[in-house]
Amino acid sequence: MAYKNYILVCAGTACESSKGIALYKELEKELAAQGVDAEAQLVKTGCFGFCEQGPIVKILPDESFYVKVGPEHAKEIVSEHIVKGRKVEALLYDKEQQDQKADEIDFYQKQQRIVLRNCGVINPEYIDEYIARDGYAALEKVLFEMTPDKVIEELKDSGLRGRGGAGFPTGLKWSFTKNTDSEQKYIVCNADEGDPGAYMDRSTAEGDPHSILEAMAIAGHTVGANQGYIYIRAEYPLAIERLNNAIDQAREYGLLGDNILGTDFSFDIELRLGAGAFVCGEETALLASIEGKRGMPIPRPPFPAVKGLWGKPTVTNNVETYANIPMIILKGSAWFSSIGTASTKGTKVFALTGKINNSGLIEVPMGTTLREIIYDIGGGISGGKKFKAAQTGGPSGGVLTEEFLDTPIDYESLQSIGSMMGSGGMIVMDEDDCMIDVTKFYLEFSVDESCGKCAPCRIGSRTCYNILDKFSKGQGTMEDIDSLKELAQAMRKASLCGLGQCTPNPIMSTLNYFEDEYMAHIKDKCCPAGKCKDLLAYTVVEDKCIGCTACARVCPVNCISGEVKGVHLIDQDQCIKCGQCFDKCKFDAILKG
Amino acid sequence: MAKMTLEELRNLRESKKKEMVQRDGDEKSAQIIIGMGTCGIAAGAKEAFDAFLDELNSHEIKDTRITQTGCMGLCFSEPTVEVAVPGMPRVIYGNVTDKVARRIVREHIIEKALVSDHIFDKPAADIIK
Ligand SMILES: Cc1cc2nc3c(=O)[nH]c(=O)nc-3n(C[C@H](O)[C@H](O)[C@H](O)COP(=O)(O)O)c2cc1C
Repeated sequence: MAYKNYILVCAGTACESSKGIALYKELEKELAAQGVDAEAQLVKTGCFGFCEQGPIVKILPDESFYVKVGPEHAKEIVSEHIVKGRKVEALLYDKEQQDQKADEIDFYQKQQRIVLRNCGVINPEYIDEYIARDGYAALEKVLFEMTPDKVIEELKDSGLRGRGGAGFPTGLKWSFTKNTDSEQKYIVCNADEGDPGAYMDRSTAEGDPHSILEAMAIAGHTVGANQGYIYIRAEYPLAIERLNNAIDQAREYGLLGDNILGTDFSFDIELRLGAGAFVCGEETALLASIEGKRGMPIPRPPFPAVKGLWGKPTVTNNVETYANIPMIILKGSAWFSSIGTASTKGTKVFALTGKINNSGLIEVPMGTTLREIIYDIGGGISGGKKFKAAQTGGPSGGVLTEEFLDTPIDYESLQSIGSMMGSGGMIVMDEDDCMIDVTKFYLEFSVDESCGKCAPCRIGSRTCYNILDKFSKGQGTMEDIDSLKELAQAMRKASLCGLGQCTPNPIMSTLNYFEDEYMAHIKDKCCPAGKCKDLLAYTVVEDKCIGCTACARVCPVNCISGEVKGVHLIDQDQCIKCGQCFDKCKFDAILKG
Repeated sequence: MAKMTLEELRNLRESKKKEMVQRDGDEKSAQIIIGMGTCGIAAGAKEAFDAFLDELNSHEIKDTRITQTGCMGLCFSEPTVEVAVPGMPRVIYGNVTDKVARRIVREHIIEKALVSDHIFDKPAADIIK
């Protein structure tokens, strides 16, 4: 027989440290003592996020959510909630919760899933499950109840802005294409997703492919296009498979192809596979690549919305932008624009990675703060380390430091502090990460990915990289800082596309917020985080070493010598600075610095 | 199915909606839904899938459906699996290895108890009702 109640005790690492386990044991005792251990099952759970309020107890099936529960509360929870069926009001997170129905309770959940509404809910390989969750109802509405102008008006009113990075208003973009006369127009979906650490678009295409197809068909009807292309990297085989499968099913149902739902509107979609070049995510390079040419950007204007694929007007939007659209059509612009901040409406999907306990794919309303993302949803920094910075916008973005933990996130706020929204990668860094090292990583990426067409990007990014490399080796000078600033200025002004224009962003951002770290590398020839190997030396502290030989045994290159019970010595010429001796020594006898 | 008209699409939607509601409220059959995005698969979702199948077969359980879905977003606890057993709250399990999958069949599906240490929370409320 099933139990009547299930008591879930959060035993994630964060709560564990704040006495989740003691609470668990106490509850176990109380259930037995009060003779209800057959009625309620006590269960340990993984981290719920929300750790500042921990330990957390959730009781199913009524979903009561108790916060800051200590072992001393166990007795009351059991006697009141389990035995008498009454909630312990003092411990409820939201005191008004008792009047609400279970499934309306989402107050503690900081996430809101619009783009990801079906991800993890439906089987992405069955069109019927998408249809059952109001799928293709927006297309229906657009075909039978709305004029194209009304659709554009609705998008404009909703405040939806492009999620591919630049944040251009989607309704406005569509109106340019609609208002340009042409026999032939195209709809393109940008699923290139080249930022390191980003996988939002892949997950959407894998988990809910039809939402993209439906939105593209809506775009086609609105602007007068009959052909769509999804440009996706070949490195995403599963997403490609699911999209192709979805296209086949939609065609079979007559939701793509000729005379959709018996109307005179015809629209079809094909995939175009990219080889994984970052620059091919830039829209003009992307269109060139679809045309079968080498993916290199061309100057804008004219913008693709007016003169795009094969010279025809072309709507180019990002996966996430599209995935929002069916919901906006169905629920209305007023609903959508009620979510978010003054300048930025709706939600944003982030791929939360790095030194964070609960890495994951999250969707939050615009205006959510970094603190809520990192601590409430992400469960805090792993290993109990100190937060240093979060990187957004990838190779085109910058860092958000501790002082901005409480800044509501939107396009403008991020830009004003020298970062950008980007496509949604968010990499969390702790005290062990060196900002020079991180910046060098992004520059190396940009050097590799520069298409080479324009000199400012091709030569500028390499020159910047070389300077950063000097810093990491302790060979930098103050003049180098000035050169970096000049180079950044030139690249921003003279590069042909966003790649070159934004390549200096990671440098300028870290230079701004972590100047002292740059100075340490230049003036003191030291790397405070201990990441830059050339500036690092491990030495034995003579009066602490007891000669246990643990370090010598763990050293992979056998460069530590010494007698048993005698002071050991590290041969600096042989040392590869792996740090294993440092980690192994129990007597703090190895100095890192 | 041939190409649909507006009416046919609407009818299909209604009938599928009912089917899903019915399935959720079904008194007999349980559902196991496995997150099978790239991340889930990389973390071993296919092995979990096989283990569920094998364990159900060896206990001759025939009324439990195994299906797949996309990414639930809990990357740190992949593979993730949602389990719905009639008369019990729907829950999400994380870090579902081969072993855990077999435990879920034995403890949750058969014995009707939740499997400790592997339960995680749903990330957000559903906006589609
Ligand atoms: C170097 C570079 C890479 C880009 N990569 C992507 C990408 O991977 N995905 C994407 O949607 N947009 C990318 N963009 C932005 C696109 O050029 C374009 O703005 C976007 O696809 C427009 O769609 P949206 O308005 O829906 O955001 C990139 C831009 C640049 C300059």
